[in-house]
Amino acid sequence: MTPHERRALRDAHRPQLARLQRRMLLHGGLSLGAVALLSGCDDDALSGDGALDRMLRSMSRFNDRVQSWLFDPRRLAPTYAASQITRPFPFNAYYGIDDVPDIDPDGWKLELSGLVADRTPWTLARLRTLPQESQITRLICVEGWSAIGQWSGVPLGRFLQRIGADLTARYVGFRCADKYYSSIDMASALHPQTILTLDFAGDPLNGAYGAPLRLRIPTKLGFKNPKYIQALFVTNTYPGGYWEDQGYNWFSGS
Amino acid sequence: MSLPSRRAHPLVVRLTHWVNAVAITLMVGSGWGIYNASPLLPVRFPPWATLGGWLGGSIAWHLAAMWLLAGNALVYLGYGLASRHLARDLLPVTPRSVLADLRAALRFQLPHQPGHYNAVQKLLYLMVLGFGALAVVSGLVLWKPVQLHGLAWLLGGYPVVRWLHFVAMSGIVGFVAIHLALVALVPKTLPPMITGRAR
Repeated sequence: MTPHERRALRDAHRPQLARLQRRMLLHGGLSLGAVALLSGCDDDALSGDGALDRMLRSMSRFNDRVQSWLFDPRRLAPTYAASQITRPFPFNAYYGIDDVPDIDPDGWKLELSGLVADRTPWTLARLRTLPQESQITRLICVEGWSAIGQWSGVPLGRFLQRIGADLTARYVGFRCADKYYSSIDMASALHPQTILTLDFAGDPLNGAYGAPLRLRIPTKLGFKNPKYIQALFVTNTYPGGYWEDQGYNWFSGS
Repeated sequence: MSLPSRRAHPLVVRLTHWVNAVAITLMVGSGWGIYNASPLLPVRFPPWATLGGWLGGSIAWHLAAMWLLAGNALVYLGYGLASRHLARDLLPVTPRSVLADLRAALRFQLPHQPGHYNAVQKLLYLMVLGFGALAVVSGLVLWKPVQLHGLAWLLGGYPVVRWLHFVAMSGIVGFVAIHLALVALVPKTLPPMITGRAR
């Protein structure tokens, strides 16, 4: 991205940045929140040990099970026409656009670990040799806003088969260059619209949208679509996630 | 058939009323917290009126309390249909009876009979039940826009459904404001909703 493009994108999304800053403020001031007051002034709603925090966490786990039961592996997210794509597409992260990771695509490799037969790291060029899928879908943010974008890349299910992953394992986890991390259930990982995304709107991903590799999973909320992916692993041990560990519902299916 | 004249509200109605009061408070407070993360209008709800402390906390409350709200609503509706409470006490309501009772109420000439709803009350209760149904249906779509995308499409798509959910909340909060104002105006209506007995 040129500095000019970066500035244009930032200006277009100033409200989101302001919101983000407010959110961080709110998060820092949690002890003033109603839950914290009720549950005995924890620093952090949901990660505390108060009875209410524990109740909310167990309800969230119950909701994980309900959502996993509601999830239909064959139900496709609605798709849209190219004319409906949101332009410019919002930038969103837990930091500002000036702090996005700048990754050299030629030196980048996708590291594999866990319950995977072939752990050879993948270069971008090799990922591009696999059959690609494209989709125009609505990304719905946990905050409530949504935007329609076009993503294409390698279906994750096909990739998992290719690397000899244990498809009966429970979780697929991701670690990212921006210290972000997340994980999804295997059923959602194998959904046909879940793709390891290389391109956004027909061009290779740029710095704002998760270059060089991100996950696009239209059956889950936006924060379950990690960007700047560096490592993928398959496991039966619950991996959590950056927001999930702070209290967002883990499954967060759409 | 006539009920004992001093019995104003059946036990199930009283229980579900108070459980609902708690559930609605939790849902509205946490819902306002969620709204503040991405407001539809250029206004936010004051943080002291929200529940959860931050977006993750508000969502956790909202998606926990929804089970309380829905379970309680099923008990109320099941009882209301089986006992004919809904058909007997909320219907019929005609425009003419509403106008007549509204005119009387505005002149403070509408007598309050415990256990009997006047036409304005009936209309307001039916409206809030409608807003409640809209809140539940639109809320389900916001929670599961892909799994329920047929329903999402019927209601106009995800961004429209966010507005419908907001409208439903506004209707419910508007009802609660009128409801509380009327209880404050006629305080003798409060004890029967606790004890079930009218003095």
